[in-house]
Amino acid sequence: MTAIAFENVTLKLGARTIVSGVDLAIGAGEFVGLLGPNGAGKTTLLRAILGLLQPSAGAIRLFGAAPLKGDRRIGYMPQHRVAAATRSLTGWDYVASAAGGWRWGLPRLSAAERDEVGWALETVGAADLARRPLMALSGGERQRLLISQALLGRPKLLLLDEPLISLDPSRQQSTVDLVKRLQAEFGMTVLFSAHELNPLLGAMDRVLYLGNGHAMLGTVDEVVTGPSLSRLYGAPIEVLRLGRRLFVVSGDIEVEAGAHRHDACAHHDHAGHGAAEHHHA
Amino acid sequence: MLDYDFMRQAFAAGGIVAVLSGLVGYFLVLRGQTFAGHALSHVGFTGATGAILFGLSPLAGLVGFTVLAGIGMGLLGEKLSARDVAIGMMLSLALGLGLLFLHFYTAYATEATALLFGNVLAVGPSALLSLAVLSGLSLLALGLIARPLLFSSLQPELAEAKGVPLRTLSVAFLVIVGVAVAECAQIVGVLLVFTLMVGPAAAAQNCTSRFGLGLGLAALLALGEAWGGIILAWETDWPTSFWITCLSGIAYLGSLLVGWLARRGAGIVRPVPLVAQTSSSAE
Repeated sequence: MTAIAFENVTLKLGARTIVSGVDLAIGAGEFVGLLGPNGAGKTTLLRAILGLLQPSAGAIRLFGAAPLKGDRRIGYMPQHRVAAATRSLTGWDYVASAAGGWRWGLPRLSAAERDEVGWALETVGAADLARRPLMALSGGERQRLLISQALLGRPKLLLLDEPLISLDPSRQQSTVDLVKRLQAEFGMTVLFSAHELNPLLGAMDRVLYLGNGHAMLGTVDEVVTGPSLSRLYGAPIEVLRLGRRLFVVSGDIEVEAGAHRHDACAHHDHAGHGAAEHHHA
Repeated sequence: MLDYDFMRQAFAAGGIVAVLSGLVGYFLVLRGQTFAGHALSHVGFTGATGAILFGLSPLAGLVGFTVLAGIGMGLLGEKLSARDVAIGMMLSLALGLGLLFLHFYTAYATEATALLFGNVLAVGPSALLSLAVLSGLSLLALGLIARPLLFSSLQPELAEAKGVPLRTLSVAFLVIVGVAVAECAQIVGVLLVFTLMVGPAAAAQNCTSRFGLGLGLAALLALGEAWGGIILAWETDWPTSFWITCLSGIAYLGSLLVGWLARRGAGIVRPVPLVAQTSSSAE
């Protein structure tokens, strides 16, 4: 069964074309890595799947039907950012705000909703973390809370937008492993966006590469090769293999530089976005 | 002190307004929109002085202008967030216009002071009734939108994906803020709205990390500060608004200490830095 299908889809933000002519089919239960440099349209693609952005041409099918805003079958984790004023709240309050959060009235959870939040936190092993205020948690711990939040409502499709951003390499790996475990356990389809390939290599079934307004879906061996990526980007690209790691290089500039650079500093959450974008500018 | 009508009315008005301000202020702080509260009060000044000039009640002018401005700010939304200078200019213009209206209406100089710094002891029975009705309606509306408002305040992108109408919610909330600001201005004046709307809410968030507790504490602190201010004004014959700002300041400083002690108790040496959000909360 096909979970996500794009038929000749063009996505625009205002007058700017983000991607065009995208054809792809992602099967139910697949783990797909969504790769590409910042600004390639990863978030835009996810928003289109969520029904928040209508394609200006072509059609998107989700389990055979057009995407619907507020689809309960989708678990979504937006790109991480916590407003300063909300960081004094506990992890529990933060996660629980999403349980039935779209309903009108007072923010009081039913017994079933409380159980659901408890289950989601247990599932990712974050029950203890949830008792502490957000500002007392590390980036990786907060990321785990947000993943548990995406599990609320037991979704069939999990869309994760850059869960690895601003995490150090070991945290990145444990986050990928966690998502892989959840995917296997609940049979979910996973679309996991990242701007670095290597942490996902062991986990993903296929990779969806975005670049230069186009998209390419296939296995890592098919897509992450010099000729394929050169065709996608319309520029000479080389792929270097170093042990089990792959490096995508254009001329003498490493295309996926952002993630490596800010790995170096320990507390870089505050600089994560800026730094990554800067390197790609 | 409760033998006098004006004192009973002052306590009633102060109480009604404080509870509304505390609750609305909690969400305002949570959403990082405290600047909006500040801006609305300035616009309200123009409304109030205009109303006086045209022989209407200042409260009607205040509410009318703050609510309209709230709708405008809500509709413009994100477009406003990065425009501190434009907003600042608008605010100065609003205050300037208010000054002009006052200039044309020269009979009362005390009116200006009352608008700028409040005069809770002058709230009459009819104004009290207006405050009560407006408060009731605002609290009802806040109760209706509280759940999606909390969700979208914490995680706007996720809330949007779950079908929460962000724009509508933002406009509705800023209308409620407009009413709360107008009411607050009756007690502490347009210049000191911050003290009753933001002070207690910020203090509450420093003291507790639970949402429900924080909300209740914000309302309670605001109530204590308003009533405490009235009592101290009665005892000293100094202005009520002065005492309210004092109590609000003390409560805020106290909350910093409580928060620090709590963090130390929990073994958190210093807060882990979070992704900074660039928003209009440049306070």
